[in-house]
Amino acid sequence: MSLTPQDIARIANLARLELKPDESERMLTQINGFFGIVEAMQAVDTTGIEPMAHPVAAIQDITLRLRPDVVSEPNQRDLNQRSAPAVERGLFLVPKVIE
Amino acid sequence: MSDLHQLSVKALADLLKSGQVSAVEVATRFLARTGGNPHNAFLDIDSEVTLAQARASDAKLADGTAGPLEGVPVAHKDVFVTRDFATTAGSKILSGYRSPFDATVVQRLRTAGMVTLGKLNCDEFAMGSANENSAYGPVQNPWDTSRVPGGSSGGSAAVVAAGLAPAATGTDTGGSIRQPASFCGITGIKPTYGRASRYGMIAYASSLDQAGPMARSAEDCALLLSAMCGPDLDRDSTSLDMPAEDFTASLNRPIEGLRIGVPLEWWGNGVQCAWFPDMPARRSEGVQVEVQIAIENALKEFEKLGAKLVPISLPRTELSIPVYYIIAPAEASSNLSRFDGVKFGHRAKDYTDLVDMYKKTRAEGFGNEVKRRIMTGAYVLSHGYYDAYYLQAQKIRRMIADDFQRAFTECDVIAGPVAPSVAWKFGENAGDPVADYLADIFTLPASLAGLPAMSVPAGFGAQGMPVGLQLIGNYFKEAQLLNAAHRLQQATDFHLRQPEGI
Amino acid sequence: MTAKLVQGYEVVIGFETHTQLSTQSKIFSRASVAFGAEPNTQACAVDMALPGTLPVMNEGAVQRAIEFGLAINAHIAERSVFARKNYFYPDLPKGYQISQFEIPVVQGGEVSFFMEEGQETVRKTVRLERAHLEEDAGKSLHEDSALGGGGQSGIDLNRAGTPLLEIVTQPDMRSSDEAVAYAKELHKIVTWIGICDGNMQEGSFRCDANVSVRKPGAELGTRREIKNLNSFKFMQQAIDYEVRWQIDQIEDGHTIQQATVLFDPDTGETRAMRTKEDAADYRYFPDPDLPPLVIGRDWVERVKSEMAELPRVMAERFVRDYALPEYDATQLTQSKAVAAYFEATAKACGQPKLASNWIMGEVSRRLNTSEMAIEQAPVSAAQLAALIGRISDNTISNNAARQVFDHLWQPKIAELVVSDSLEDVTAGVIALAALKQIDDIIEAKGLKQMNDTGELEKIIDDVLAAHPKNVEEFKAGNTKALNGLVGPIMKASKGKANPGQVNALLMKKLG
Repeated sequence: MSLTPQDIARIANLARLELKPDESERMLTQINGFFGIVEAMQAVDTTGIEPMAHPVAAIQDITLRLRPDVVSEPNQRDLNQRSAPAVERGLFLVPKVIE
Repeated sequence: MSDLHQLSVKALADLLKSGQVSAVEVATRFLARTGGNPHNAFLDIDSEVTLAQARASDAKLADGTAGPLEGVPVAHKDVFVTRDFATTAGSKILSGYRSPFDATVVQRLRTAGMVTLGKLNCDEFAMGSANENSAYGPVQNPWDTSRVPGGSSGGSAAVVAAGLAPAATGTDTGGSIRQPASFCGITGIKPTYGRASRYGMIAYASSLDQAGPMARSAEDCALLLSAMCGPDLDRDSTSLDMPAEDFTASLNRPIEGLRIGVPLEWWGNGVQCAWFPDMPARRSEGVQVEVQIAIENALKEFEKLGAKLVPISLPRTELSIPVYYIIAPAEASSNLSRFDGVKFGHRAKDYTDLVDMYKKTRAEGFGNEVKRRIMTGAYVLSHGYYDAYYLQAQKIRRMIADDFQRAFTECDVIAGPVAPSVAWKFGENAGDPVADYLADIFTLPASLAGLPAMSVPAGFGAQGMPVGLQLIGNYFKEAQLLNAAHRLQQATDFHLRQPEGI
Repeated sequence: MTAKLVQGYEVVIGFETHTQLSTQSKIFSRASVAFGAEPNTQACAVDMALPGTLPVMNEGAVQRAIEFGLAINAHIAERSVFARKNYFYPDLPKGYQISQFEIPVVQGGEVSFFMEEGQETVRKTVRLERAHLEEDAGKSLHEDSALGGGGQSGIDLNRAGTPLLEIVTQPDMRSSDEAVAYAKELHKIVTWIGICDGNMQEGSFRCDANVSVRKPGAELGTRREIKNLNSFKFMQQAIDYEVRWQIDQIEDGHTIQQATVLFDPDTGETRAMRTKEDAADYRYFPDPDLPPLVIGRDWVERVKSEMAELPRVMAERFVRDYALPEYDATQLTQSKAVAAYFEATAKACGQPKLASNWIMGEVSRRLNTSEMAIEQAPVSAAQLAALIGRISDNTISNNAARQVFDHLWQPKIAELVVSDSLEDVTAGVIALAALKQIDDIIEAKGLKQMNDTGELEKIIDDVLAAHPKNVEEFKAGNTKALNGLVGPIMKASKGKANPGQVNALLMKKLG
């Protein structure tokens, strides 16, 4: 299978990336080039195989660790916002959100 | 002492403990060498911060509260966030970013006493195998400045090879510690996934990312790895609840009888596997003859040390390329969504509305390879493709891990090349990302399985460029890997060789 | 459920309710979830999605999910998975929401409630599809036009990462009445078991209603989702409006487009939101930062053994043990406090039905008018029990009792209220202090009924003598004439005569 220019446009929008025409073209060729080597994967019979999330699950059961419900984070707003592009009265500023 | 920069971590630590040299002297010496930023290896340096840490270390050395590596300098790959240095992950989108906290690994090394020299250049968000994808320019290979240092931890490998730091941290997602270590003739190890905390490591592919040390020798790596690893239960849900371990303890253990597995799929290219000529040589990703010879010589050394070579099979080696390049971009496309120009980092100057702000910010902030992987990842996760790509890849991933478990019933460690070639010249693979992808073939399998793996200097190939031997161990067998590597380094001197004029 | 038709259409409603769980800290970070703090002061590095941060799961949120699952007889998944829901929005700091997709923690279950249909009360049951754990988003503030010199929104991430349990029903509701009744019952359950504070104004309990209409027996119609219904009143208005709107559209030959709509309380109308173009493609995949959530049977059993009696179970017990009508039982189990007040009173006075009548009558009427919670009632359970005791032993009439009650209710009496912890009420025993207080008031007001027959007979004889006409008429068979006698007798006894006794004596004397 191979991607179409429409796929590239759709995905670029999903991923919130503005691509110039030439970029989109290069992207299309390169990604399709990559999917050339992906074909091999499709042939593999994986029936009954559990997908692996945490690698070490290959030898032991890895389950979610739970922490006690305790508050211990101090207010570090200024420190946390020191690299923010636009802040006013502690709020992050963004172009108006219309609902 | 003018040759401080030639000393190993071990030697420096001993000198500092004996008081023959102070942390400030050591730091000053290395800071002096970073002047003019040789090889474009550093992205941030702040002598004030470094010297302040050195003074604190001297105080600890004086009052006997020193850590095991007190006063020894280290530099961190720029994907580890740091409070006192800028952190960019080699990306424009994070230019000038200041983290409010230190990564757990950074914190642990500081607690062990190490003094931070600065932050190191790397491929943008650790995506690359030549360090040509850094927004801040490529890093040069100290052995031949017209060649790449490997990637993504290129800056880390270069500073160690060039004597700009005795050791550095790196991260390995698909080979980003092992391959640059191999290209720059140093030693680097990636521990079992979950051994080192990922908290404070800017995520590329969450289920693959692991931190590890890069230094000249296995012994130096063991010293750093012991300090880096250990559970981080409060901060990282994938961190394993295993006590920290002293990886130096068993370095000198003899390796008589050690069974070294040789994956037949990794040999070929016309050259029969020296040990099993009757075995049909399967195709491999065009391993350079010099690389193969260096590897075989290293294996002969192991035999001299009493190790036994056994043929093993890793039948899905080639599949690991598509599997990795599906899984890693998928996770990356999601991990990189937080870079949207709202809370931190770069925001486009001109935009019409919110969506336009997102699109322009990300278009300006990300480089081509990162955009490519975001696109690929978003595509394989998108409606109707998830099962065929991401899910299928995660299933084959388990089969690959199972292949290793089968192999480890016949051997203790697995040995082979790190990369099919030595470091290539800048721009050689330009415009053909797939060529770079294929060159990862030998490092991807261990990454997908989450196994500990390392690169050990094993000689020199074409144009006298270094060649690295890859050693892969079973889960939690870092000590065994380091032991084998250390014994090899006792018998060889490849790890001590240095580029001209260091 | 039998469908009530609207203009020949069947209404089909399903609910998605986001309940904020009553934990101290957030679902994946150690920041506080307290409401109303200064912007972004309760958003830590993890909540702001700063580079390098990772999620760590809060046990308290899982505990509450288990409690809810047990409360609605659902299956608690031994193994559930957290997934990433990817989309860009300024109040979503990571660019994805950590939620549960393919395998939720709570599966199935049902919510039952009673509804008045004509004369009889019918039991309705809404099946739940699932309830899953997820993180809340931050808030976008658009109101403040001054921000950034205008035209900008401000993002506050204090709410980001607040634990949510999203409760999803089957499309089982057939009218706005049923929908509201379901929402009220669900609200009662989550507040009763204490997993949510239920504060709808602060957004702790947010309902989305999926509404569609169809001709009976036809395929399900296209649904429109009404978002963030934060009061039961608006819920009803919004659904009714939406139903009418959809029917009108169809009648006018239009087709309904799937959409997300908002209800505007001012206009009483619903309007479609600006749709996120790619909302359709969230690219869900298991979150590699979070291994599967595994809940052992032992944990579920432990929670079960520690859980408080549920409202429906308690109501059934009231019917069984106190012989109350189902209606009374349901009313008295609207809140834990009311139920406890009732049980204390009933146990003490041994008169459950009387206790029920008084609590559903006098007590709740006064609580409503003075907008008080039952915990603040000036009349304690022990006092009410004592009062009921004095009615049933004929010491005072109901009217007199009401006067005593009025007197006790006065705020100035409040400090005299006999404190009695509801627990230490022993069956059939009325607190002496309370009894003494009641008797003192009866005494002071002279409300004691006249039970001394001799004295009463004398009064009756005088009255009979004074009203020969009524006596004749009665004897002639006009029973009404009796009232003409009872009145003066009660008057002469200054209202202290026991009406029952008066009747008995009259009959004796006239029969």
